[in-house]
Amino acid sequence: MKALAARRHHRFAPVVLIMLALLVTGAVYAALAPSSAQAEDAVTTADDIEHGAALFQANCATCHGVDAVGKADAPSLIGVGAAAVHFQVSTGRMPMQSNAPQAPVKPVQFDEKQTMQLAAYIASLAPGPEIPSAEAVDPTLGDPARGAALFSTNCAMCHNAVGAGGALSEGKYAPALWNTTPTQIYEAMITGPQSMPVFNESNITPEEKRDVIAYVVAQRDGTPGGENLGSLGPVSEGLWAWILGIGVLIGAAVWIGAKSS
Amino acid sequence: MTAAPAKTQSSAPTTKAGKAADYLDQRTGIGVAVKEFARKVFPDHWSFMLGEIALYSFIVLILSGIFLTMFFVPSMGLTTYHGPVATMDGTQMSEAFASTLRLSFEVRGGLLMRQIHHWAALIFVAAMVVHMLRIFFTGAFRKPREINWVVGFLLLVLGLLAGFSGYSLPDDVLSGNGLRITDGVVKSIPIIGSYMSYMIFGGEFPGSDIIPRLFTVHVLIVPALILALVAVHLVLVVVHKHTQYPGGGRTDKNVVGFPLFPVYTAKAGGFFFVVFGVLALMGGTLSINNVWNYGPYDPSPVSAGAQPDWYMLFLEGSLRLMPGQTEYVIGGYTLSLNVLVPAAIIPGLLFVFLALYPFIESWVTKDTQPRSVLDRPRNVPTRTGLGVAFITAFVVLVLAGSNDLIATHFHMSINTITWVFRFAFFIAPVLAFWVTKRICLGLQRKDRELVLHGHEHGRIVRTEAGEYFEVHKPLNEQERWLRVNYEAHAPLALDEQPYHEDGTKNRKYRSAKLRSALSRFFYEDRIEPVTLAELEAAHHHEPHEIADGSDESRQQLS
Repeated sequence: MKALAARRHHRFAPVVLIMLALLVTGAVYAALAPSSAQAEDAVTTADDIEHGAALFQANCATCHGVDAVGKADAPSLIGVGAAAVHFQVSTGRMPMQSNAPQAPVKPVQFDEKQTMQLAAYIASLAPGPEIPSAEAVDPTLGDPARGAALFSTNCAMCHNAVGAGGALSEGKYAPALWNTTPTQIYEAMITGPQSMPVFNESNITPEEKRDVIAYVVAQRDGTPGGENLGSLGPVSEGLWAWILGIGVLIGAAVWIGAKSS
Repeated sequence: MTAAPAKTQSSAPTTKAGKAADYLDQRTGIGVAVKEFARKVFPDHWSFMLGEIALYSFIVLILSGIFLTMFFVPSMGLTTYHGPVATMDGTQMSEAFASTLRLSFEVRGGLLMRQIHHWAALIFVAAMVVHMLRIFFTGAFRKPREINWVVGFLLLVLGLLAGFSGYSLPDDVLSGNGLRITDGVVKSIPIIGSYMSYMIFGGEFPGSDIIPRLFTVHVLIVPALILALVAVHLVLVVVHKHTQYPGGGRTDKNVVGFPLFPVYTAKAGGFFFVVFGVLALMGGTLSINNVWNYGPYDPSPVSAGAQPDWYMLFLEGSLRLMPGQTEYVIGGYTLSLNVLVPAAIIPGLLFVFLALYPFIESWVTKDTQPRSVLDRPRNVPTRTGLGVAFITAFVVLVLAGSNDLIATHFHMSINTITWVFRFAFFIAPVLAFWVTKRICLGLQRKDRELVLHGHEHGRIVRTEAGEYFEVHKPLNEQERWLRVNYEAHAPLALDEQPYHEDGTKNRKYRSAKLRSALSRFFYEDRIEPVTLAELEAAHHHEPHEIADGSDESRQQLS
């Protein structure tokens, strides 16, 4: 104590004190501040980021660059946010394995934990859209009727009236939404993957996004009138009318005509 | 028409049914008609029942349609929907759309009826097309049936009109898109287009008149016209007597078959229930036109995969194929060739060809005989080729109308598909014509070969002199009749001169020249049927090559 007391008027003492105070403040802030994701049970830790960085270096850096700043064929990931990473990786679109007009959905390569670690790493590089909370995407809390109106004005021109998918130019396409999870739908709306535009909060509010999700999920209950024939509209109906309807009826005509002759 | 001969007391009926029939006959003279119809002879073939499919689906359409009119409200008045469809609850919509939802979800059996009605409509038009193809490829439109072909053609056009007007009634987004395209097509007509659009829609599109108007068209005008023309169509079939496929004993002057009663009444009656059953099964198990998926009409949204029902799809395809740069502004007026050509001129050409074909063919053959024995398609290669070319053009347009679905389902680029179809529309029909004609000529040559030399038998025989030959089995009479009993028209000679002897211009020359050229196109390549002389020559030339294959001859030869 004598030694400490002897040095308390040292001319460096204020500097050291300020440094210590900053360190403590920072540590307390880091511990107490609300986790940046509106999320969620999984709090990202420095450990996650570290694992994510390792996964990134092993699986993504070839195209996106070691610093995730992008290369000629792959975009920079600075600022794309955790939502974009989670969407692309959890649907199997990334890591992309072949050149195609757009990244196709394929079997998922990483489990949920690894996906979150990758997302944490990218989110640590720069702020961006975050993974939505479970409540934000809960279809039972949405209004499917409002969702229907929003969907037909904003989504149906590419994804078809009920989300069965549709064609875009030069081999690109808007995928079917039958198997997309509510979280992925939300992430797609806020990040605009591939050819999809971004629907930000002033365009479609978070509540409205939940309504859209409620509408899309409601389509999975099937159609009241029987088989939905792919929900593709009159073309598939016409195909069934010709192949099944006319086919069976001509078969019946052949049968009736053959009976006596 | 004279009344049935008065019945004497001695022949008065004794049974209850007989008395009732006699009561009716004495007051209406219906006995004559029943006798006439019951004894009417019809030839038997499955392809003669294709028109029946159309007729029966039309009856199903009327029955299910009457049910639907009980609940449908043809009004564009606004209402707010509250009901069992969660995705539409609280949405503002027209009365027409709301009543469609109500009749689908709140009326017992309503959705089933709606679905049967829609499937029946698709099958109705499809059956008419298949029936028309049968008539075309077998030459059943030749004299005296040209008028009935035109009646059938009008029925097809009315069928399209019925389908289109009914499709639009629910006032959903998808059918509204179709109406918007119709509006665009009407407006593309030079000078009168915009006036006509205002007339049709009662003002600027969409207005509030079009649904009630389409309703009148759909439930009154078109069905009445179809019923009237169906009656004409069937009466003409009875007047002309039915055509028959070629075969022994069948000529242009007789009909070989069974009387209408009891065989055909049973068959046709049964077939009605088969058709009704198939349509009911489809209506009960396959959903069709789920209008609540599209939502009430609003001019702004268009969903991906927006297409009309199949019979209008060729128009959609035609529009999708047309490059958009062909819109011109001349002196402040817009000439939309990008819409006018694909949506009015191309279908116009296709339909005029269909309507006029019997007259074109009789013009280039100068054939004035009534024809009741059908052609085998191979024996008229050019007609068959033209038919296949027509189908090819139609199919290319239908596929072009589905180009987005082809792109997504086969993982192709929609741009490439569109360009391929742009060329295919012009090239594929020509190719199809050429290939079909060649196949027909090849089949005719094979027929000739068969008639002259008989069936190959697979049995090799060596004569005493050491000569080898294969024994051929001659055709029996029925087989031979089928292959030789047709007429191969020859091209018409050009018998007009460009100038009269006095040096004046011959006005008939140009038409005669065209007629001769067209006739040459039709009949230059032809295979004449085997003549009796040729047949005898073949027998005479190679006597031992023809053997009937019986045991006796086998013994003789071996």
